[in-house]
Amino acid sequence: MWFAGFSSTSNMETKQLARRVVMPGEKINALKNCADSSKIILGPGLRLEDEDICVAKSGILRFREPNVYWVDSHQTRYVPVKGETVIGIITQKVGDTFRVDIGGSEQASLSFLSFEGATKRNRPDVKVGDIVYCRLLVANKDMEPEVVCIDGQGRSSGMGVIRNGGFLVRTSLSLVRKILNADCVLMKCLGNKIPFEAAVGMNGRVWVKARSNKETIAVANAILASEYMTNEEIKNMCQRLADALDGF
Amino acid sequence: MQRSVLQQELDQNQEELQRAIDDEHWVRDLPQHLKRDDRYILQPSVTQCEHLVFGRLSFKGFNPDVEKLMKIHDHEEELLAACQREKEQSITEREMAKRYSALVGIISKKFTSKKRRSDAVKDEEDAEMTRAPKMFLKPEENS
Repeated sequence: MWFAGFSSTSNMETKQLARRVVMPGEKINALKNCADSSKIILGPGLRLEDEDICVAKSGILRFREPNVYWVDSHQTRYVPVKGETVIGIITQKVGDTFRVDIGGSEQASLSFLSFEGATKRNRPDVKVGDIVYCRLLVANKDMEPEVVCIDGQGRSSGMGVIRNGGFLVRTSLSLVRKILNADCVLMKCLGNKIPFEAAVGMNGRVWVKARSNKETIAVANAILASEYMTNEEIKNMCQRLADALDGF
Repeated sequence: MQRSVLQQELDQNQEELQRAIDDEHWVRDLPQHLKRDDRYILQPSVTQCEHLVFGRLSFKGFNPDVEKLMKIHDHEEELLAACQREKEQSITEREMAKRYSALVGIISKKFTSKKRRSDAVKDEEDAEMTRAPKMFLKPEENS
């Protein structure tokens, strides 16, 4: 991606190390030598094999101050990770739980009690086919993932069933990461021109809703088109889009 | 007689064997814990690595609830950043304590001016003046 998730660093070695294309199976030995005192955080795509740090994904090695390393790769298949927020589609109701398609290898389970204000008496109004914005509570490679629509305090905090129309688009995981990066201007730019609402799931699903169908589609297309654009190009595109919507 | 001795020996052997097995059970049969492992933390989530923003967004008052949430998240981020900045720039508590412990005597001397000091002396004199001279007081006879 064009904006690297790292800022300037005094250590030239780490600077050269980051932004390099890496392949699965590669061993990164330079990491062992640098950052002598502090602990190193290994993000997705990096694995610890006995004493070596192994790359498990093909992509670009990224670095972020002070000591975070991960591999940035283009990917469309979602692998559930604990704590991430995703958009799921309710596919089935099994007893007291719902089966939710979150785009992973297996469907996730969602208890009817894990909605805000839900009790055994007061069941949430959820039907098959509904879209839910939820957080992964259990994500284990050996177990079925479990999602919830409440935070630790039992509040919804933006999660739950998404109703009243809108449009759900599928994107690559890297585009989702780009949209949610604080350095990316896409959402702010679009938001300045068009009033709209969006829910971005880490599983590559983006739900958007604007005042009219026309505007909704425009916003969705703008998001999909921005995958390989720079900040400048995104600004131009938003301007053109707003002009087109106004009928110039 | 001989039978009982044999029996005893057998029992003892059995007990020892059992103890050996128990001991083995209580020792974790793991390879030596590598020191290097402590240097790395595995963080499988990109959200944490890249510091991604909250995924629920609303603009120009389209969904006020979500906008409120966004504001809260932004505020939290700002607070975190401010805390970090302060930590880097400000004087540590230890440093402060060290400096103050050295300064406190000097400063207190500076603040107790001559007047104060004379006041303190006067107070002592007054106390002496008002105090009655020590003498034997004969108890009154009430009966």
